[in-house]
Amino acid sequence: MVCIGGAGHLNDSFAKHFRLGLKDISPTLLAYIPIAMLWGTMAAAKGFSPFEAFLMSFFVYAGASQFVAIDMWVEPLPIALMILTAFIVNLRHLLMAASLSRHIQNIRSIFHPFMMYILTDEAWAIAERKALSGPLSLGYYLGVAAPLWPTWFVSSAVGALLGSALGDVAALGDFGLASMFISIIAGFWKGPRTAAVIGASALAAVLAHFYIPGRWYILIGGLAGVVTAALLHVEDEIEGPEDTVAAGAP
Amino acid sequence: MKAIFILHWHWVLAILGMAVATYATRLSGLLLMRGVVVKGRMKAALDAMPPSVLMAVITPTVLMTGRAQSIAAVLTAIAVIFRLPLLVTILVGVLSVFVLQWFGV
Repeated sequence: MVCIGGAGHLNDSFAKHFRLGLKDISPTLLAYIPIAMLWGTMAAAKGFSPFEAFLMSFFVYAGASQFVAIDMWVEPLPIALMILTAFIVNLRHLLMAASLSRHIQNIRSIFHPFMMYILTDEAWAIAERKALSGPLSLGYYLGVAAPLWPTWFVSSAVGALLGSALGDVAALGDFGLASMFISIIAGFWKGPRTAAVIGASALAAVLAHFYIPGRWYILIGGLAGVVTAALLHVEDEIEGPEDTVAAGAP
Repeated sequence: MKAIFILHWHWVLAILGMAVATYATRLSGLLLMRGVVVKGRMKAALDAMPPSVLMAVITPTVLMTGRAQSIAAVLTAIAVIFRLPLLVTILVGVLSVFVLQWFGV
């Protein structure tokens, strides 16, 4: 499977695997364009120049936390809280990367830092699906994950460019953001316990928003949901398949 | 032309700070968790983090702005249950708010 022979042979295999990955990710690639453009127009409505929108999509490159950041983007910027929120919103990547690390052991570790830099929910989902039938190749992973990155930062800048030309689109974008998060929340749905988590989060956020100035309701609500999940956890429960695979990993 | 390249330097600071925080989550998964099996109560808590944080984020918009937004949120959730594509669900949400407000809800 993995070719470690002559350089030409390796390159052939790399190109082949890259094309396979690109084929698997192409529907997501198309979906990224309008979402990144939507983010760009919302950033422009908050005063971002197209170059600043490009910088954020290039360096942060995490859809959910970028939308959250734009929502929080009011002067004076709560920079420390923004960084903390970005960390918390993206903590799921820690689990994804941990799971993925089991399937990339045969790829030279010098590539691992960049592979993690371009890790997104969508790339992870496709890569994990592929990993069910064997270890991942560098070509396949890069074919899946790498094209999403330039698609995201170029479309963001274009959106910001159009946004500043169109003028104020905040009214349109505001609820667009909320409905996008409703969709993402649904992706994490695991039954009644998720309802309890979301309910606890919403209740705590309402109270915090009412009594505490600033954006602390995000962390307070978030922690309320997490604590609820920990309390509702039943220890004897059958663990998910990830844990079984992890235990048997080389 | 100049407006395209405007930079607020403290904005760049915020962007780079968020970039470091985000990369830390991606890289630490690889570095810290290698060989460690996350399970039990800790896994349940970490699994709950994204929906919980995202719900808190949208709470003021969805629950504390007005009736139109709350109803639109329910309609969006219904669109999600019917597995409509992401962009369609976003359109359902945004258009619902407009239509509901048009009718004075």
